[in-house]
Amino acid sequence: MTEALRQLPSLIASHVLLAAAALALALAIGLPLGLAAARRPRLAALALGFAGLVQTIPGLALLALFYPLLLALSTLIGGGVPALGFLPALLALTLYALLPILRNLIAGLRGIDPAVLQAADAVGMTGGQRLRLVEAPLAAPVAMAGIRTAAVWTIGAATLATTVGYPSLGNPIFAGLQIERWDLVLAGCVAAALLALITDALLGLIERGIGRRQRALTLAGLGLLLLGLLLACLPLLRGPTRSVTIGAKNFSEQYILARLIGGRLERAGYRVSYREGLGSAVAFRALRSGDIDVYVEYSGTLWTGAMGRSDTPSRQAMLDGIARWMAAGPKTGLVGPLGFENAYALAVRRDSGLGSIADLAARAPELTLGADLEFLDRPEWRAVRDAYGLRFKATRAYSPTFMYRALQSGQADAISAFSSDGRIAADHLTLLADPKGAMPHYDAILLVAPTRAGDRSFLSALRPLVNLIPVEAMRMANYSVDRDKDKQSPEAAARWLDAHLTTARR
Amino acid sequence: MSTKADHPALAYEQVSRRYAGLSAVDYVSLSIARGSFVALVGSSGSGKSTLLRLANRLDAPDTGRVLVDGQDVAHADPVRLRRGIGYVFQNIGLFPHLTVAENIGIVPRLEGRPAVDVAAALERVGLAPDLAGRLPAQLSGGQQQRVGIARALAGDGKLLLMDEPFGALDPVTRDTLGRNVRWLHDALGLTTILVTHDMAEALLLADRIVVMARGRIVADATPREMLAGEAGAEADALVAIPRAQLKRLNELAR
Repeated sequence: MTEALRQLPSLIASHVLLAAAALALALAIGLPLGLAAARRPRLAALALGFAGLVQTIPGLALLALFYPLLLALSTLIGGGVPALGFLPALLALTLYALLPILRNLIAGLRGIDPAVLQAADAVGMTGGQRLRLVEAPLAAPVAMAGIRTAAVWTIGAATLATTVGYPSLGNPIFAGLQIERWDLVLAGCVAAALLALITDALLGLIERGIGRRQRALTLAGLGLLLLGLLLACLPLLRGPTRSVTIGAKNFSEQYILARLIGGRLERAGYRVSYREGLGSAVAFRALRSGDIDVYVEYSGTLWTGAMGRSDTPSRQAMLDGIARWMAAGPKTGLVGPLGFENAYALAVRRDSGLGSIADLAARAPELTLGADLEFLDRPEWRAVRDAYGLRFKATRAYSPTFMYRALQSGQADAISAFSSDGRIAADHLTLLADPKGAMPHYDAILLVAPTRAGDRSFLSALRPLVNLIPVEAMRMANYSVDRDKDKQSPEAAARWLDAHLTTARR
Repeated sequence: MSTKADHPALAYEQVSRRYAGLSAVDYVSLSIARGSFVALVGSSGSGKSTLLRLANRLDAPDTGRVLVDGQDVAHADPVRLRRGIGYVFQNIGLFPHLTVAENIGIVPRLEGRPAVDVAAALERVGLAPDLAGRLPAQLSGGQQQRVGIARALAGDGKLLLMDEPFGALDPVTRDTLGRNVRWLHDALGLTTILVTHDMAEALLLADRIVVMARGRIVADATPREMLAGEAGAEADALVAIPRAQLKRLNELAR
């Protein structure tokens, strides 16, 4: 729990910054639009219709939609528009906050007694005076209620910004869900809820101040709100020199390795922040654009994904190819392989007596293959099937947990497994050798952003990790986080791994 | 060179105003002398309120000209025009979020002039000065309309337009407030136009009564001429009502 709490201040800071920026932008759009729409029924119908439509899109989907939109925009104007991080989160949350602001402002303005407006004209107010002296103060209580709703929604929905690579209180929530650490989930939820409650209370103070015409109360509310905003953002102001952002995809191994790298960099004097839970395609783009400085990728993912290759070269040929491609194109830096693979492999019980896929092929017609939900549709399966002429009696698809149970209970005789999965050691399984080299390689490789590719002190902090991690050590670390009993946090697993590697080397 | 005093305070020249094809004001010409107290009388929809609203450009005529102090209001800046004309509504229209003092002082505030003497302004409409800090909702209907009148007079305009100002008040308040307005008219040297559907009120307060029906002026006479039956059939029908009431009251008292 204390580890979870240590991350909170900087996450709260970026969370508050995002929510406040989105709310400010929504107000900057919503207030003039609402004023214009209040006396123009057609514009009001259009604006409210649009804002209402946006509201029907689930928050997560709205954030996701901005990714391709901004990407297309960036291509259109020749690059430079970040499709990940702050911008898409800001835009999505702004759109989300528009409806309550618009709806209440329009209702507040329409609710003003026509006699009062006529009196404002009759005493000779200009349009601006009427707005400032009559319409604004009379519509303010209703409009403020809308702003409060918008603020609470925005603070809640800002947790989703994690999914587009912007650090928020969603980080501990999503990470906690992934690795089943409910204290992390709770920490994120409670912090976000407290933020929303405090903001709502302070806005309520301003609303009461306006309603009761007590300027002191209004100013007190405003002052406290600004003070809170400043306090919350304080961690962001603390010397951002030599600070780095480490990316991680959304599974345990990535969380552990990010902390391992983070620990090394902290010892080298860097201030470290994390962007976790990135999608596979998102991570490399984020590195390329400099949104993250370093993360661990897998060679085969880059080979077939960003590089668009379909051949399966040897381990070293693939690494060389990647280095050449990066130097020519994206200018990102390949520090080197970490020393283990997280590749698709076929696993069997140790008592099966099988040693390689060739052995398996000979007995396959009397055996059943258990596979995870996507393996049978992947090119890896086709490659290995065709290379060895694999023909099983039956193939069954399972969710990962049940796949391992099926192998243990004998319902399956061989399964598709990830080579660094902790359950391979824990369940005493044998990974079958691949003498024909049919399975593509998925070497864990350390990549750095273009701006870091020539940063010597940065690279020298990372280089000791090259070829340092044997697959057995990674499996144990993964297992300590994934197992059901005596679960470790990724931080604890990373500390254990680092200590284990250091003693092993001595 | 003509001066302001050479012109009538307010004049309508062949003015008409239509709403959705129906004539609210139908080619009306009317000249109101400086210092006079004119009552515009007629039933609902006779066009009397519309005629009033044309004077300070809360509404605009389809044809014809409206002249204030000899100047066509169509060429005037509506904001400046309105600040120089006092206007009192039937539904009062006080600003609910402003105090009595702030309501009364609104026109000087808009113009950036020094604040008015609120106590004096309250006193001349018969209100105690300690009401200055109240909000309109804390006053009775009669008190609210007195504040409305004080607000209309605070701009120092000499033209006072009143659109059924006593319509929503009880008879006692109506009577005292009516006499208060007549006294203010005389004391401040105003030109007052009072829109009402109550002929008795018009007879008792005004120097001149203009009767409107279906957007046209159907009678224009002094109260004395009205009572003498010299103002035509439409006027006689309106005068007959208070006269019949008086007769029945006298019979009851006998």
